[in-house]
Amino acid sequence: MQLAFFYFFSGLSILSALFVIFFRNTLSAAIALVVTLFGVACLFGLLEAHFLAAMQVLVYAGAVMVLFLFVIMLMNLGREELLKIKLAFLGIIGVITGVCLAILLVTRFMGLSAPLLSLDLGVEYGTVKSVGKLLFGEYLIPFELTSILLLVAIIGAITLARKPQS
Amino acid sequence: MEKIVSYLVGHCEKLQHLPEDFIYLALQVVAGLLVLMLFVAPFAGIISFVERRIAARVMDRVGPNRVGPQGIFQWLADGVKSLLKEDIIPAQADSVLFRLAPYLVFVGMFAAFVVVPFSSGLIVADLNIGIFYLIAVTSIVVVGIMMSGWASNNKYSLLGGMRSAAQIVSYEIPAGLSILAVVILSGSLSIQSIIKAQGAYPWQWFLFQNPLMPIAFISLFIASLAEGNRTPFDIPEAESELVSGYSTEYSGMRFVFFYFEEWANLYLIAAVSTALFLGGWNLPSAVVSWAQTKGDVLLHLLQFLTFFIKAMVMVFIIIQLRWTLPRVRVDQLMALCWKYLTPIGFVVSLGWQLGWLYFLRECLWSVM
Repeated sequence: MQLAFFYFFSGLSILSALFVIFFRNTLSAAIALVVTLFGVACLFGLLEAHFLAAMQVLVYAGAVMVLFLFVIMLMNLGREELLKIKLAFLGIIGVITGVCLAILLVTRFMGLSAPLLSLDLGVEYGTVKSVGKLLFGEYLIPFELTSILLLVAIIGAITLARKPQS
Repeated sequence: MEKIVSYLVGHCEKLQHLPEDFIYLALQVVAGLLVLMLFVAPFAGIISFVERRIAARVMDRVGPNRVGPQGIFQWLADGVKSLLKEDIIPAQADSVLFRLAPYLVFVGMFAAFVVVPFSSGLIVADLNIGIFYLIAVTSIVVVGIMMSGWASNNKYSLLGGMRSAAQIVSYEIPAGLSILAVVILSGSLSIQSIIKAQGAYPWQWFLFQNPLMPIAFISLFIASLAEGNRTPFDIPEAESELVSGYSTEYSGMRFVFFYFEEWANLYLIAAVSTALFLGGWNLPSAVVSWAQTKGDVLLHLLQFLTFFIKAMVMVFIIIQLRWTLPRVRVDQLMALCWKYLTPIGFVVSLGWQLGWLYFLRECLWSVM
């Protein structure tokens, strides 16, 4: 049962991730990305990480993607404008990065096999309580550093977007 | 749920061969569909009629009163009419996204009803992240609304969709902060345990737990009105500027999906306020023990009625507000959210709540 769900949701994520790349229309690509993130959230749910699953839907599918859609609509990026951008240089960099990432992932996960939830994880696993304890205990410094990073990004965005005062 | 599964497995021989997961899944699907068909759909229909009658009374008109006694079957007639209407898809619209958008809006809203309780036992699934799941799932609605606004290929729809998205994303923050205040008080995210942490009488409700909770309640109420695109925050579909906003190009059943979502959301707002602040389905313990002698059905019925009456009071307040207040401007809307509600939310949920819980109460205990 769980295996069937696993194949369904991972298939959905991979398929929609491919659509993100191959759709010419930017808005359709963004919607396909929403589906990908939703599929990943379902995979989190299958792994008993319910809090992470809800967080994934709320933050990525709900907030981040809405901002993506917002920008796409505001700038009204059509097919023509996208084709105008010279992609040759960016393409080479993209291919190199992609190949490197693929090699890294394949060498890392080759021969690794993990059972899908045959482990006894305990009642607390994946609850808000245990995630919170990890975030505010063991990983407190990385967590706080991330929030400072986000704050810097927000202040930077406001400074850039603000009209110069005359 | 476990009781039902063991009962079914014990009484049906054919079910014993199936894996238990499968029975759980099937039962959850059936329970979800029952909630949708027996409660949410009729509620959304009837409340549409009720709202039109109240609006008519406010505007000194008669309102729909022809179908059935006092026009009570008007919503059925409207439903049949919109089912039979032609489904027009504009030639210039992005037809795939145009068709898909109403379903996203519909799914986002009705997935939230999974965690809405009706009594101590009647709930589709009491998730341990209940209220958080509700906030997360309803954010799918935004994607649907933006899709409908863009796919219609109409400037009014686009403006409506973008206004709606900006509004919903902004007001999620004060709403979340107010909910956080309740979560800190109850120590749980599950809606059933939040209700259990309160009592039947008003002084046991979270609304009157400490001086700051009424402020949290009002700010949650305002924020959820804005998230539901209700007046005075209905600028996404302001008919004097934008025809009908993101639903301008829709017709037939797809159009009804958007309004269905709006009326279902009316109950959702009321149910969340009832569960978090107004004591939910709690009954006085004398009534509970009396009802238990008569059987579980009566108990659940009484709890359902308690919850439903409180929720209906909220629904009527929201409807009255819609026909009383004028619409706010976009800049007023944003100023209200970012300059007033968000700071208030921070003060209420973080500063004072933590102080109340961990310092004041400790001090009082040590004095006594």
